[in-house]
Amino acid sequence: MSLHFIKVRKIWYAISIAVILPGLISLFLHGLNLGIDFKGGNILEVRFDQPVTADQVRKTVDGLHLGDNTIQQSGANDYIVRTRHLTQDESDALLAALNKIHKATMMQNQSIGPSFGRELAMKAVWALLIAIVLKLIYIAFRFEFKQGIAAIIALLHDTLVVLGIFSLFHLQVDSSFVAAILTTIGYSINDTIVIFDRIRENMRARKKGEALEDVVNVSLWQTLARSINTVLMVIFVLAALYFLGGSTIHDFVLALLVGVISGAYSSICNASPLWVDFKLLEKRGKTGTARA
Amino acid sequence: MKWNKILILIGIVIVVAVVGFAAVAPEAGQISGAGKYLPVVKNVILGLDLQGGVHVVLQAHDTPQAKVNQETMNQLKAVIMRRVNGLGVAEPTIQQQGANRLIVDIAGISNPSEAVRTMIKTAFLEFKTQDGKTVLTGADLKDAQEAQEPNSNQVVVNLTFNSDGARKFAQVTAANVGKPIGIYLDGKLLQNPTVQEPIPNGRAQITGYQSLQEAHNIAVLLRSGALPVKVTVEEMRAVGPSLGADSMAASKHAGLVGVIAILIFMLMYYRLPGLVADFALVIYSLVVLLIYVGLHVTMTLPGIAAFLLSMGIAVDANVIIFERLKEELATGKTLRSAIDTGFKRAFVAIFDSNATTMISAIVLYFFGTGPIRGFAVTLGIGIIASMFTAITMTRWLLHLVAACGLGKNLKLYGA
Repeated sequence: MSLHFIKVRKIWYAISIAVILPGLISLFLHGLNLGIDFKGGNILEVRFDQPVTADQVRKTVDGLHLGDNTIQQSGANDYIVRTRHLTQDESDALLAALNKIHKATMMQNQSIGPSFGRELAMKAVWALLIAIVLKLIYIAFRFEFKQGIAAIIALLHDTLVVLGIFSLFHLQVDSSFVAAILTTIGYSINDTIVIFDRIRENMRARKKGEALEDVVNVSLWQTLARSINTVLMVIFVLAALYFLGGSTIHDFVLALLVGVISGAYSSICNASPLWVDFKLLEKRGKTGTARA
Repeated sequence: MKWNKILILIGIVIVVAVVGFAAVAPEAGQISGAGKYLPVVKNVILGLDLQGGVHVVLQAHDTPQAKVNQETMNQLKAVIMRRVNGLGVAEPTIQQQGANRLIVDIAGISNPSEAVRTMIKTAFLEFKTQDGKTVLTGADLKDAQEAQEPNSNQVVVNLTFNSDGARKFAQVTAANVGKPIGIYLDGKLLQNPTVQEPIPNGRAQITGYQSLQEAHNIAVLLRSGALPVKVTVEEMRAVGPSLGADSMAASKHAGLVGVIAILIFMLMYYRLPGLVADFALVIYSLVVLLIYVGLHVTMTLPGIAAFLLSMGIAVDANVIIFERLKEELATGKTLRSAIDTGFKRAFVAIFDSNATTMISAIVLYFFGTGPIRGFAVTLGIGIIASMFTAITMTRWLLHLVAACGLGKNLKLYGA
């Protein structure tokens, strides 16, 4: 056993902050690139039967005067056109106009009203909050409240890492992103709990005079192989989905990938060390009052 | 070596292999007679994002004539149902959500925008006299059918009034001979024919359609009646069949590669228990697939991702157990007692960690809609099934392997 996880915890905290800070700044400056799920709008993806340039598509779309729009090539002959929320007639006109460049088949067409989008966004935030509170209650019940708080901080860490990366790289946030965040925190708390479970067990067998830091360190080492192996296997699946799974779920899988890696890190390097800090604070508080 | 145990083991391997083949191999479906039940995967219901289709959320709004309440919502739902059925699609589902919304899902439709347009047309039919008085409405109709006149090849919609309507129509035509009666749909003048003579039989005809299809759509609208309230489209997600097929193929491919990577990793890292875990994972996949079919779970794209992630959870349970097993063996315990203590100690960790993931799945289920809900259901089923296979199956199999005397060499267990 060479590395003492708890003694060097300030380094772990520093790494976490270094990763989160740029994303946090970007979140404040640019916010998130909300998809149509949350702000309303229209996405049309078409496949042409012949190669078509982005310029041709752009000119055609601009000619319809639908306001701000973005054109993105999504496959060899596939294009995604994003616009404001369109009426059915406008949407039909758009497809008809694209069809004039070359024969175009509709791949997907999504349209969300602005108020409906706001509603979905609110629901997403609520889902996240409720999930976190329920997890806190569960951990407080099965372990102890301070461990619950430490685990939740680790979860916020993971959420911020994923949000930050999506903000920095201007990736689109839609309702599947919310599912990704919830899965991420599910995995992260999984990792944390396996470690806490070992700490709980080792605390029971703790010898007199054994430092808390050492017990936690040993527990972390005992669970390390599991932590790494599990995250590796999840990464296998996610990497396969990312590279082979088609463009539709790219961002969703990316969010999961970042979240799962961050979750593994935060479970080892944030949750348990934080709990140690909480415990030490509590001890110092007690001796402080005893002296006074 | 205990031969009876070895025979049981071989028996299990063969049974799983046969079931596995029957469940997923496309060839299994070709076996005559059995094709009705096999393969299982064929019976998994595909979501709109995988087979193509349209998901629409409609919102009802008050109009000066009618308020949105449960009664108008029921009428609205009935009208929309008739219209969607008129499109001739398979198994549309229409559900009410909240006080003023309808969710319409139509699978495997080639022209979703036409379907949406048909759904939200008010389709308020009026017959107006020259002085602008409405004399008859769509409510007086009994039937509307498209037809092609044999002589002129003209496409028409034939209207039949109900008895009340027929009487009114007879009176109105009698009073307006020589004058025009306008036929309006949603306030738009369709035709303005001049009445030649009183029409007592309660029949009328609208002409001037380009195609039989166009006439058919109008006839469906008229038959199904006017919408009782104003309706807007809040959400529309249409996926073309080709994108659905692309997504399906891509995620199948990706899933296969990911799973094979897991299987190889487990085998290399945990050796004999790894092999057992791999085997348990195959059983796990079969169990989950059967549950999907049994509970009529709709498979969506996020659902496939959740299925793969739940495999991660299932393997994780095994990893926790095997790491424990190694530790117990290192303390000098016998294989049998190491397996038992390993499982016992690992169980608490597995239970607690799965319970918190389950919380995510439940919350997603209640807050999510459509594909996200599919994700939650798949994840939830996966967690429960993984608890079963990882703890019960793997343990039983490990004991069986140990009892066979195959694994006397503790190195095989990674110790």
